[in-house]
Amino acid sequence: MKYDVRQLPLLSNEEIAHGIFDMRLAYRQDDLPVACGQFAHVYVPSKTLRRPISVCDASDGELRLVYQVKGAGTQIMSQMQPGSMVDVLGPLGHGFQIEKGRRYCLIGGGIGVPPMLLTAKQCEDPLIITGFRSKSLVILQEDFKALGETLLCTDDGSAGQKGFVTDLLRERIGEIDEVCACGPTPMLKAVAAVCREYGKPCQVSLEERMGCGVGACLVCAVKVRKNGEEIMQHVCKNGPVFQAEEVVF
Amino acid sequence: MADLSVKVAGVTFNNPLIAASGTFGFGREYGEFYPLSTLGGISCKGITLKRRDGNPPPRIAETPSGILNAVGLQNPGVDVFIREDLPWLKQQGTVVIANIAGNTVDEYCQMAEKLSETDVDMIELNISCPNVKSGGVQFGTSCESVENITAAVRKSCKKPLIVKLSPNVTDIASIAQAAEAAGADAISMINTLTGMRIDIHTRRPIIRNNTGGLSGAAVFPVAVRMVWQVANAVKLPIIGMGGISTWEDAAEMLMAGATALQIGTVLFSDPYAPVKINEGLNRFLDENNMTSVTDLTKTVIPW
Ligand SMILES: Cc1cc2nc3c(=O)[nH]c(=O)nc-3n(C[C@H](O)[C@H](O)[C@H](O)COP(=O)(O)OP(=O)(O)OC[C@H]3O[C@@H](n4cnc5c(N)ncnc54)[C@H](O)[C@@H]3O)c2cc1C
Ligand SMILES: Cc1cc2nc3c(=O)[nH]c(=O)nc-3n(C[C@H](O)[C@H](O)[C@H](O)COP(=O)(O)O)c2cc1C
Ligand code: FES
Repeated sequence: MKYDVRQLPLLSNEEIAHGIFDMRLAYRQDDLPVACGQFAHVYVPSKTLRRPISVCDASDGELRLVYQVKGAGTQIMSQMQPGSMVDVLGPLGHGFQIEKGRRYCLIGGGIGVPPMLLTAKQCEDPLIITGFRSKSLVILQEDFKALGETLLCTDDGSAGQKGFVTDLLRERIGEIDEVCACGPTPMLKAVAAVCREYGKPCQVSLEERMGCGVGACLVCAVKVRKNGEEIMQHVCKNGPVFQAEEVVF
Repeated sequence: MADLSVKVAGVTFNNPLIAASGTFGFGREYGEFYPLSTLGGISCKGITLKRRDGNPPPRIAETPSGILNAVGLQNPGVDVFIREDLPWLKQQGTVVIANIAGNTVDEYCQMAEKLSETDVDMIELNISCPNVKSGGVQFGTSCESVENITAAVRKSCKKPLIVKLSPNVTDIASIAQAAEAAGADAISMINTLTGMRIDIHTRRPIIRNNTGGLSGAAVFPVAVRMVWQVANAVKLPIIGMGGISTWEDAAEMLMAGATALQIGTVLFSDPYAPVKINEGLNRFLDENNMTSVTDLTKTVIPW
């Protein structure tokens, strides 16, 4: 894989839900081919480490990153002004493998929802399940509805159905061939368990703290089982998307 | 256009910048950004006799102007390195340094013996890794143990031998003298300073290993001070590192007494840092009518 760093002009950076921002960068797909589930390693001025953010969408000359303000780095990102340049390394990593002729269920939980948008664009008639803690954090519903049947649930019932994404998955799992999921680890674990129960393949996008972002520093380790043996792989290079049955959660 | 090449223990580097061990893997990933000959050399990820899986994650935490890491020497083992990575590395037009770590003196010697039969250019003795339970740093914290392990490896090692020092000691100059007395050909310094961060909400250390090694700009002044002290205490060439981020830092480290430099953490924010640092050094030398980067070494004028 060829790597490069690019300065992308910031087009807009708007708050779309409480503490969640939608950053749009000018970009050309010819310069910067992006696959669904890949991430951008974003330079944050004054910080020693870049911040990994999944590609939410890439089309019409725009690269879209949707992120939640968590700590100092994403705080600084949220204050970047249109017209400034954003230093992006990537897109990096291996994303979701989408094959023709299969029906996918795409599951996003919380701030794991954004990468499912570009993924939904690659699928034929996907079933999309999005889950959030509560109404104030719900994002991207209109974008998803344009691409397929979209289900919404919240932990507290303040929007959509009350409950977890796995409840909705159980109701509909008979209709689909494979699951792709991104979200907090406990959610991914639960989704993977449901898929195993029903014998459906499942791809999960994992998070780990990163340094280089390209597979050189070995800090973003994840334990996976390959050919019966447990080995360490790396979220930035081998992932962020892994086959759920290989991940030692 | 000044001459950026430097010589350390008889080995010529095209420029003074060497990738720091553990931040650059075995070079393949950064080789996708630019030809590895952009760098004077590469110090490879620390290798051990047998494969190691390293510590559980998280292995990294950000700190003010730096990072803590506790990778725990994840590597495929010396034999895999020799078979699968070294032949490729040797074709990249840069100096290849093997960085070795062990649980016992004997393991270090066995690795040095194996590597002596290969094309590797130099061997760097890592007696300063703070992130493994046994081995690593305990060999590097007293003069007796440094002298003992350096002398033992020297006997098994036919390559130029660099001893990499830990900053987690009370008197780094005497440690460097012990390495010199036992037959080291060069000193590299500094490895990481041990540190810790705690998440105040969970009361858990951010790094799974609880403690980690501090690197990056935060350690730079400590590294400059230590390089200067060691340069005043030994005749061996010094490969200086610890937080170098700009060409100005590079010039400063050379003036403190280093002959060559390693850079690590800065690569994570700017993979192109080596290109920029070399350009800056070159300009600085030209502006000051200096013909060679070696003219900077140990030129500090102390008060
Ligand atoms: C592959 C991948 C894709 C991601 N995609 C998105 C996304 O699309 N939208 C989004 O909002 N967030 C995403 N994240 C999480 C995002 O990277 C973190 O929330 C962010 O780095 C926090 O930075 P901070 O400075 O605000 O927080 P701080 O806590 O101040 O950060 C301190 C350090 O810890 C790291 N860190 C903290 N939390 C995380 C985390 N959850 N994962 C990885 N590193 C972390 C930071 O990068 C930084 O190095 C993704 C993470 C990964 C690994
Ligand atoms: C992620 C990481 C892994 C490292 N692994 C090793 C290692 O395997 N062997 C070693 O001698 N030093 C290792 N180091 C230390 C570096 O080689 C270097 O001494 C230190 O990071 C200071 O330089 P810097 O501030 O430019 O990074 C590692 C550092 C980092 C950040
Ligand atoms: S972040 Fe360096 S290996 Fe993944």
